[in-house]
Amino acid sequence: MMSSNSANNLLDEALGFNDDGGGGGGGLLLLIEDRVETSGAFILHHLIKRRLSSPNRPNDVVVFLSFAHPFSHYDRILRKMGCNLGVQKENKRFVYYDMLNLNYPDGEKGAEDLLLSVYGKIQKTVELCSSREGYKNSTIMIDDISLMEVALCGSSNLVLDFLHYCYSLATQFDCLVIILNHEDVYSTMDVPSPLLQMEYLANIVIKAEPLATGLATDVHGQLTVLNKGICQGSGCSKGKIRNFHFRVKENCVEYFYPGSRT
Amino acid sequence: MAAEAISRALRDGALEGEHAPALTIKDSIHAPLGAFVFDHILAQLSSNISSSKSQAQLRIVDCYTDPLGWKIQLAESGIVSNRSTQNATTASLCKNVRDLDMLFSSIVELGKEVIRETKGRFAVAIDSVSEILRHASISSAASLLSNLRSHDQVACLFWLFHSDLHEMKASSALEYISSMVACVEPISNTANGKGMNSENVPLIEQNLGRGKFSVRFKRRNGRIRLMSEELHTEQMGINFVPAFEGHVTSQSLVPKVQFNLQLSEKERNDRAKVVLPFEHQGDGKPIQIYDGRRSVSESKTENKETNAEKMHVNEDSGRGEIIYIRDSDDEMPDSDEDPDDDLISDSTIFFLTVGILELLTN
Repeated sequence: MMSSNSANNLLDEALGFNDDGGGGGGGLLLLIEDRVETSGAFILHHLIKRRLSSPNRPNDVVVFLSFAHPFSHYDRILRKMGCNLGVQKENKRFVYYDMLNLNYPDGEKGAEDLLLSVYGKIQKTVELCSSREGYKNSTIMIDDISLMEVALCGSSNLVLDFLHYCYSLATQFDCLVIILNHEDVYSTMDVPSPLLQMEYLANIVIKAEPLATGLATDVHGQLTVLNKGICQGSGCSKGKIRNFHFRVKENCVEYFYPGSRT
Repeated sequence: MAAEAISRALRDGALEGEHAPALTIKDSIHAPLGAFVFDHILAQLSSNISSSKSQAQLRIVDCYTDPLGWKIQLAESGIVSNRSTQNATTASLCKNVRDLDMLFSSIVELGKEVIRETKGRFAVAIDSVSEILRHASISSAASLLSNLRSHDQVACLFWLFHSDLHEMKASSALEYISSMVACVEPISNTANGKGMNSENVPLIEQNLGRGKFSVRFKRRNGRIRLMSEELHTEQMGINFVPAFEGHVTSQSLVPKVQFNLQLSEKERNDRAKVVLPFEHQGDGKPIQIYDGRRSVSESKTENKETNAEKMHVNEDSGRGEIIYIRDSDDEMPDSDEDPDDDLISDSTIFFLTVGILELLTN
């Protein structure tokens, strides 16, 4: 059994993260899917801490677009995990965009112009970071996609356009894009859902689901990490799937294989 | 093998008076190996062109880097630098993927520019049509593909398509335009929709590395030919192997019913021995069947018709007779190898990327 505070836990191993907190960059898009019964927010918090806490990567930056909560919410949670977001924000390592309080224009054209402006800020930030000495990776995070779609008057196509541009930025500047979306929001759709488009786009998909047996006290859910593998000049690595259980505690999360908990 | 048959058809290109061969590569999220097949077909086509007398050329219309012109707009307003729209590949940048008429013109102009020296034709590869359908209607996309296919300088055309991202009518429309449809399906049936558990994880993982590969060929004479095999992903690409039964399945389109519509070997032999009622003369002499292929020594009438029944006067009989001349033997199923299979056409590959920009290295 491993907790999220240890050097490398089951989640980090499944994602291919190194012991120094790095890895997982190189133009990848990571999609977190959760449900009402099993919130995937803890994965987002864990990844924020991983990307900011590595001593070997002092110039890595996290660009965070929040549609779900104010900054104080994330600051409080990450403090309990041993990461001071306020300091990171002052040091320009944690760039926070409050998307909740933006004035969203009516109409798709106005929304597209707004997204263009937000994307421009992200690209400028990433370009600045990449020019610094010792730069390794940047991370772009969005919490969460379904609320982004609501803010854009239900235009899933605009959301997908924005993700496409973030992904192209990731491949150019060696970034990691992390997005959170809710699977059950799209479950009743008759037409192919935009979530499926994101699953095609993503290199890594993490699904947080309840146990097949229902609610339990000691096990809060199961994680399935689908890593599609990457293709580089030397060849392609094969896709892999890992499935394990988790339990969310006050300051950390425990990950363990089914039946291995004592 | 199915994959080889596809490569041969694309290599041979368009025949005189015919539209260019068009291939749809279709996959789904449960068998996401379409991109591997696309890369394999592209590499095979490049290799075939390289081995012919013409010089192989690859040109890219980049619809991936800036499909809506956002980066250009930001660069022009000085917000970001211009370098994000520059790339080291030989690529023509598309800044508005919604305008398919302009896209068609760009493809054709670039293709003509490239083949100007060789006076050949160019091939077009699209990765992927699913991405085009996010920005344009199915009718516009179908029109683009149809116009490319009917262009007299396009040798062949193929595209990738994720079937579960679109409604059935979009999938059907693309299949109607195609002369070949290659479908990648899961090798293992998982309990989709029933939640994840430790039992179906190995099956899902298996589908990431292996798949069923079924290809439907539409011949010029209207006959449909089906072939299927398995594909396995490996470190350096993919490999096609015969299906698990141990042989390539090549079948005709016989509906699955409870009675047998096929002929066994014995039944086929017995049928061949049957003498048709009007083929024997019934005059006490040994039965002779004239099938039109051997010269008739007793005939006194010149036979200039090649394809009809005709009356023939027998010098020994004053009675009218019907001499039946067979038009041709029944064509055996799956024996119609295309006689033009060995044609090689000079062509250039024209690569349209909408999804992921990939660099081919020699």
